[in-house]
Amino acid sequence: MISMLYLMNTKGDIVISRQYRDDVSASSTESFRQKIVAAKEASTSAPIRILDSSTFIFTRHLNIYFVAVTRSNVNPSLVLEYLYQKIRVLQAYLGEKFTEDKVRNNFTLLYELFDETIDFGYPQNTSIDVLKMYINLGKQRQKIAEDQGSLTSQITGAIDWRREGIRHKRNEVYIDVLESVNLLLSATGSVLRQEVTGSVMMNTKLTGMPECKFGLNDKLVVEKDKNSANAGKSGVSIDDCTFHRCVSLGRFDADRTITFIPPDGEFELMKYRVTDNINLPFRIIAAIQEDGQTRVSINVKCTATFSEKLFASSVTLKIPVPNNTAKCKIKCTMGRAKYVPEESSIVFRLKRFQGQSECMLAADVTLMPLVRAKAWSRPPLSLDFSVPMFTASGVHVRFLKVFDKSGYTTNRWVRYITKSGSSYCIRI
Amino acid sequence: MPSKPKTAGGSDSRFFTTQKKGETHELRTDLHSNDRSTKVDAVKKVIASMTVGKDVSMLFTDVLNCIQTDNIELKKLVYLYLINYAKSQPELTLLAVNTFVKDANDPNPLIRALAVRTMGCIRVEKITEYLCEPLSRSLRDEDPYVRKTAAVCVAKLYDIAPDLVEDRGFLEILHDLISDANPSVVANGVAALSEIAETSGKDVMKISTSVLQKLLAALNECTEWGQVFILDSLSKYTPADGREAEGIIERVTPRLQHANSAVVMSAVKVILNYMNMITTEDTLRTLTRKLAPPLVTLLNSEPETQYVALRNINLIVQKRPQILENAIHFFFCKYNDPIYVKMEKLEVIIKLVGERNVEQVLLELKEYATEVDVDFVRKSVSSIGRCAIKLEKAAERCISVLLELIQSKVNYVVQEAVVVIKDIFRRYPNKYESVIATLCENLETLDEPEAKASMIWIIGEYAERIDNADELLETFLETFEEEDPSVQLQLLTATVKCFLKAPEETQEMVQRVLDMATEESDNPDLRDRGFVYWRLLSTDPEAAKAVVLSEKPVIEDDTSKLEPELLDTLISQIATLSSIYHKPPEVFVTRANIRTVTEDDVDDYEYEDENDVGVQPSADGPVDLLDIGGGGDMNGSAPQQNNGGGDVDLFGLDTGGGAPAARPTCVKTQVCDGSQSGGIIINCGFMQTNGSVSMELDLQNNGQIPVTTLAIQLNKSAFGLAPTNQQLVFSPPIAPGASGSYSVGLTVTPNMMSPVAPGSAAPPTVQAAIKNLSNNSVFYFAANFTLESIFSPDGALDRTAFINTWKGIDDTKEVYSTVQLTTSSIEAIIQKFASASIFQIARRPVPNQPGQEVVYFSCKTMTQHSFLAELTFKEGVMACKICVKSEATAYAALAKEALERCAK
Repeated sequence: MISMLYLMNTKGDIVISRQYRDDVSASSTESFRQKIVAAKEASTSAPIRILDSSTFIFTRHLNIYFVAVTRSNVNPSLVLEYLYQKIRVLQAYLGEKFTEDKVRNNFTLLYELFDETIDFGYPQNTSIDVLKMYINLGKQRQKIAEDQGSLTSQITGAIDWRREGIRHKRNEVYIDVLESVNLLLSATGSVLRQEVTGSVMMNTKLTGMPECKFGLNDKLVVEKDKNSANAGKSGVSIDDCTFHRCVSLGRFDADRTITFIPPDGEFELMKYRVTDNINLPFRIIAAIQEDGQTRVSINVKCTATFSEKLFASSVTLKIPVPNNTAKCKIKCTMGRAKYVPEESSIVFRLKRFQGQSECMLAADVTLMPLVRAKAWSRPPLSLDFSVPMFTASGVHVRFLKVFDKSGYTTNRWVRYITKSGSSYCIRI
Repeated sequence: MPSKPKTAGGSDSRFFTTQKKGETHELRTDLHSNDRSTKVDAVKKVIASMTVGKDVSMLFTDVLNCIQTDNIELKKLVYLYLINYAKSQPELTLLAVNTFVKDANDPNPLIRALAVRTMGCIRVEKITEYLCEPLSRSLRDEDPYVRKTAAVCVAKLYDIAPDLVEDRGFLEILHDLISDANPSVVANGVAALSEIAETSGKDVMKISTSVLQKLLAALNECTEWGQVFILDSLSKYTPADGREAEGIIERVTPRLQHANSAVVMSAVKVILNYMNMITTEDTLRTLTRKLAPPLVTLLNSEPETQYVALRNINLIVQKRPQILENAIHFFFCKYNDPIYVKMEKLEVIIKLVGERNVEQVLLELKEYATEVDVDFVRKSVSSIGRCAIKLEKAAERCISVLLELIQSKVNYVVQEAVVVIKDIFRRYPNKYESVIATLCENLETLDEPEAKASMIWIIGEYAERIDNADELLETFLETFEEEDPSVQLQLLTATVKCFLKAPEETQEMVQRVLDMATEESDNPDLRDRGFVYWRLLSTDPEAAKAVVLSEKPVIEDDTSKLEPELLDTLISQIATLSSIYHKPPEVFVTRANIRTVTEDDVDDYEYEDENDVGVQPSADGPVDLLDIGGGGDMNGSAPQQNNGGGDVDLFGLDTGGGAPAARPTCVKTQVCDGSQSGGIIINCGFMQTNGSVSMELDLQNNGQIPVTTLAIQLNKSAFGLAPTNQQLVFSPPIAPGASGSYSVGLTVTPNMMSPVAPGSAAPPTVQAAIKNLSNNSVFYFAANFTLESIFSPDGALDRTAFINTWKGIDDTKEVYSTVQLTTSSIEAIIQKFASASIFQIARRPVPNQPGQEVVYFSCKTMTQHSFLAELTFKEGVMACKICVKSEATAYAALAKEALERCAK
């Protein structure tokens, strides 16, 4: 299991460390510092490396490396997931973008968390809500002293993500369905890869220990319901989904119903993946021609395919140009476009893009002559966008039922948004 | 929402700022202060100093003084301090015991748990006996939080004092915790038991049907980490039959939907391991279908998780290609993937490519070949070559893509392409030679040895089709002296080939090259090869033709394939580091308390490492005289055994524990499979009888002509062996289809010693060349040498000399291992060793470790390397620890292996 954990900054200084087993020495951090951090290999090196017969597993949050050291044959996913979870816990305590200084300024808290979330190298309780109940900036809340019994059953319980006795004046649930579209088009316009990854974020403000039932227009479920009101509607075929640990996986496996007792507040209920029948929100036609050694002419047309009642916001189109670009003459029908030398591309921004509309950009690029002519690698053109109230997969929430003993009514709000994923690219 | 904590009490940073003189004194005063907040601040300052690496152990007693407090924050800090410095002050630590014991009885379960947790972390042997009492109470505590902490504490205690744990019956209590009502307790109990099982090698988990049911029930309820612990322990269980396996799989499958990738990976592991037991086609098909989506989903997670998933998928697709056969497009690289993810994706793509998707894959690879990262581009180009070698129908397409890429004139693309085209020629001889012309246009771009060597190989091999082959070679020859040895060797061979094909024009050139190789070069390989060619050419040009221009075996794409047994081992190690490194755990896991001399170079584990298997082709591997393949190559044809990482299994059992008087036997391994030797299959082994060393050959003649006389020549080796008689006469001859054996007498002579490069291990092989005098065919093989065959009978040392030598050898020159024995009698081992010229020096029980004995031995090789060994036995355990010390570090590992064999 994990023998040692430490946080190291990009200069190679240890911010804080905690050793759980003595099969690694404190000096083993040195080899990581020299071979990974100092060698500037951290971004290209595989995240799991053997150095001096200890294994280093690491990830990064801003300028801090989170490193786990071990000498046994551990489960690497377990270690990585723990590191991610640890970062999330620290974000909850120290702020989303916590820095090295923030960590140093709260070292007592850090040590407490190091000890509570892991014991002898085995991850223990990492649930933020529960941790916050008894680890609070080094100061134990006084009132807890009275009912440690319920606290410990909370920490170790089957439902360690929610405590009993939560009250809300108004019972509300906010549901956000966030989709990211990844796309890769070939230069001839054929789809090489398209994929939607969606996540259902919930923010629950519910009283008591309510049991919730949640339904999407999942094809498998909708088709089973043929006789009911849904007959005739077609569902979305979901390739795969993963759930927050509050969801009963057994029930889902048996009949694909999503049932859970939610944590209080914000959490990610599920993630899903769809690859069939995707409605791509934008169609792009790009013609980029190299005229001899010194000129490139660019013509790009971008059409929004979604309903005209909707609009996309912050649309950014990055059109690559050669490194030796001297100047660009750009004309566009709307929005703003300029040549950004650092990125070797023309960046074309549109604040608002109405559905069913289209925009054009034409650019004339002049190149500096090179001593040694080298072919331009023509990196892909990429697009960033977000379209509210639209799902590229066609997924929508069919129902959310909340059952509680007291039988209160719940207000529900559902939002949808589709964004570009990590790569929405068109080869040119 | 992340809420900012209230900054009550200010930030901790102020504790870091004290740098004044007299600081320690001040702290000491503060630690004794009556004011609580002054005290807390002082402890915080101490911890802050500890955090930045300052030694504050001198404040031990003062900090310890603060332990009696009801302030939980202060208590935690003091405990933290204790954990860090207990080892430096074991005596003083005992003073804290009372507080621990008292805290372990505190009404607050959090404090009880804290006390048990901390006590377990204090790794001072003396404290362990005080720990037992509170621990056994905590294991039965009414509060689950305390119980789950105590469960882990048992594992901690086992790490320091295993006997204590067993004596006190903690293992049984721990086992009972599997039936605990609380899932977290079950999970930690499982984690602790699994660890103890792993370190002790005993089955303390004892999964029975009822335990199994409890584990499966807890699986649904415990935290994500607990689920991983349980799944990982399930994966080690072997179901009774297919039905039980199916039942468990059914309960595990829902875990594939968990958001935590560790849970998913562990579930995949259980399912894959149990699938072997399932025979129903339908079930297998369903499972195959169910496994694909979760694996693909992992590719959408954080890059590090993707990396883990890809390394595992690499194994899974080799074992069960059906699972992802339709998913290849998910492995196409995104432009902004980190490089380590891209490289792994390429590996998976190559494994999945088939005739149905090769078009699509080639388009992708071509696209990647234009990206910026040089390593990635190179790998993409070589992947195109691998596609060609794998899929005959696609080879032509691949070649045309490679030619297109060569047109780009990008230096490294061209070089990589030349290297793979050479391999394609080897795979499909006489098919695609039309592209040679294009290659020849790009000679000037080649500046790397491998690419040059490949190009030269092509020129030599196809000299008759290239009009100006001699001129091309001539241009390379201008810089002969400066070239890398691999290029020089290729140049030599290519020139000879050229000469054999067109003697008139190249007479002068070949003479010059042979001169340069034999007279001006310092490289023994080059010189030897030069002489061989020279003699061949001068004595019998026809024989030279037969040797140099002989048909070469067709190669296959096996660069990335793992041996089936290794693959099975690794599949059972899915979701462990083993599956990341593609090496069995024993190769890289070194137990905490054993100091080990690691020869493993770190770089072996990097992802650039093409040879994922624990097999390092030894640099001095069999010299490829016939020059099969270019420089570094993909040929799987050389009939050598892999001599890398711990292939001890090759030898299987040795002298078989018989009475010492029995005639020593020798274990032979196949060294020559007949493919190059005209059908003669050879098994070879080494042994020593009555002080004379011999090489034992078993021959099986599958060829056309009887074997009557062979001539044998050994290459220089690390052991200095030479045959006493080079002619092996078989009378009666071995007829086709028959078999025979021959014992080649060997002498040890310093002339035949090849020096071992400092810092590296001696190559364990002996290379041999055999010429069949009936048809003048020559073939080569390499056999693994067994060092005990040259243990000299005068290897005994007297005790004082032994002790002095032992002390004189640095501890870093030790190699260790543990070996399973077939007997627990120490006398039997001593006898076996004596018959193998390994002499007992001393024998004594280990002080303070009842039941343990150590025996010291010494031995010496005929090459005058001496080795000292220490064998540690434990009563009733059929295994011993072998530790070998020697100044001849290069041979230490071999000596250790020799001892292991002799002990078995």
